[in-house]
Amino acid sequence: MSTRGFTGRRPPEATRERLPPGQYLTEDFPVLQIGPNPRIDLATWSFTLSEGSKPLKSWTWDAFNALPRTRWGGDIHCVTKWSKFDTAWEGVSFDALLADAGIAAPTDFLLAEGYDDYTTNVPVADLAGGKGMVATHYDGAPIPPDHGGPARLLVPHLYFWKSAKWVKGLRFTKRDEGGFWELRGYHMYGDPWREQRFTGD
Amino acid sequence: MIEPDPRPLPWLNATLVGIAPASARVKSYRFRVAFDRPMRAGQHVDVRLTAPDGYQAQRSYSIASPPGGDGTIELLIEGLPEGEVSGFFDAVAAVGDTIEMRGPIGGAFVWGPEDGGPLLLIGGGSGVVPLLSMLRHRAAAAPEIPALLLYSAREAGEAIAAGELATRARDEPHFDLMLTLTRAGGRRIDAGLIAEALERLGSPRHAYLCGSNAFVSAVAERLVEAGLDPSLIHTERFGG
Ligand SMILES: Cc1cc2nc3c(=O)[nH]c(=O)nc-3n(C[C@H](O)[C@H](O)[C@H](O)COP(=O)(O)OP(=O)(O)OC[C@H]3O[C@@H](n4cnc5c(N)ncnc54)[C@H](O)[C@@H]3O)c2cc1C
Repeated sequence: MSTRGFTGRRPPEATRERLPPGQYLTEDFPVLQIGPNPRIDLATWSFTLSEGSKPLKSWTWDAFNALPRTRWGGDIHCVTKWSKFDTAWEGVSFDALLADAGIAAPTDFLLAEGYDDYTTNVPVADLAGGKGMVATHYDGAPIPPDHGGPARLLVPHLYFWKSAKWVKGLRFTKRDEGGFWELRGYHMYGDPWREQRFTGD
Repeated sequence: MIEPDPRPLPWLNATLVGIAPASARVKSYRFRVAFDRPMRAGQHVDVRLTAPDGYQAQRSYSIASPPGGDGTIELLIEGLPEGEVSGFFDAVAAVGDTIEMRGPIGGAFVWGPEDGGPLLLIGGGSGVVPLLSMLRHRAAAAPEIPALLLYSAREAGEAIAAGELATRARDEPHFDLMLTLTRAGGRRIDAGLIAEALERLGSPRHAYLCGSNAFVSAVAERLVEAGLDPSLIHTERFGG
């Protein structure tokens, strides 16, 4: 159904091809979160892989930064409709974390957990094989607190609510368990190209 | 415990039944729409516009009206000069139009009487909209819960629902209003204004902050510095 009198402000063809449905291009970097930025002290920061309630491996900030580094560049998409092109990230891949812990993923699903008590679920298959990382740098500089620094999850091919800010660990779960937004009506997976914003999309 | 709603969120046809000015840059749009689930104060809708060739634009707008109601909802949309969607509402939309929307959406920035108070509400510009829904709901359902609205607008003519807010502050014994204007020698929300709000309200059970990114970031920092427990602070960002 077309809206009477609406013509729209179309982006150029090349831009439009890179925009998933319902998204618009922004030049700045909007912020989305449920509360204030948590206070995080690098001296006590830690990152933990766990299975259920059982810790598998933890890293201090120094130990984390000694892990092999990886980079990713490309477009990111937020469920609130903005997309940002050509972003550049650096951090430690999910594969490198597992390798350093000397384990294979014990289950097919996990919940990313933030210092602000935020959680979001991600299938292991969407992090493994170079698809996801725990990022510490954006655009060549440490990630600022507003964008989730010192470290955030980066799962660039899913809506950005999956890329949990201020991440403190990944907890493997037996089933695919909904996180903060997934329990509040957001889609369990969140593929921007299939416009999976809300339950049932 | 949160019970997830397993039902898909359908696109609905909403009929525009009223347009009225709400401030120098903001108009009130009233829609007749039948949501298939209950609404909570603070939630928003997604609006979708479609051009004749199928091109679509979507944006989010907070619901200004309280839960319950008469089958209509109110949106308060600031007409931005180059805005693709807000510009359409400002210049083109007319009573009788059908607009697609879905909602209510959002489960973090919500308040109801069962959540208790005192309530510290802080809005910048159009960020007052979801707070207005909370205030209207509170006045009808739980007027004994103390609430204070600290509202920052650029100038007096840009304050949304200024008349309604002033009347509420006068008539509702447990509602207090602090309006601050940033232009013409005015003042941004700083540590002093926060201290004064906390002094007048007492220790809040919940703080709700809404506005542009920069506004929400700055005010959230001030609240944490003022000693508020971060887990009591709820934020909603309109972008910009
Ligand atoms: C949860 C939520 C609730 C919201 N609730 C409300 C609400 O209650 N009321 C409200 O008014 N807004 C609200 N917003 C903001 C709203 O969703 C839109 O972002 C806003 O209306 C702008 O959309 P637009 O399409 O009009 O502007 P866009 O086209 O997206 O433009 C955004 C900005 O860029 C500028 N711009 C656009 N194109 C150009 C260009 N070519 N050159 C230079 N500048 C340009 C515009 O002037 C504008 O300032 C909410 C947002 C969220 C996320």
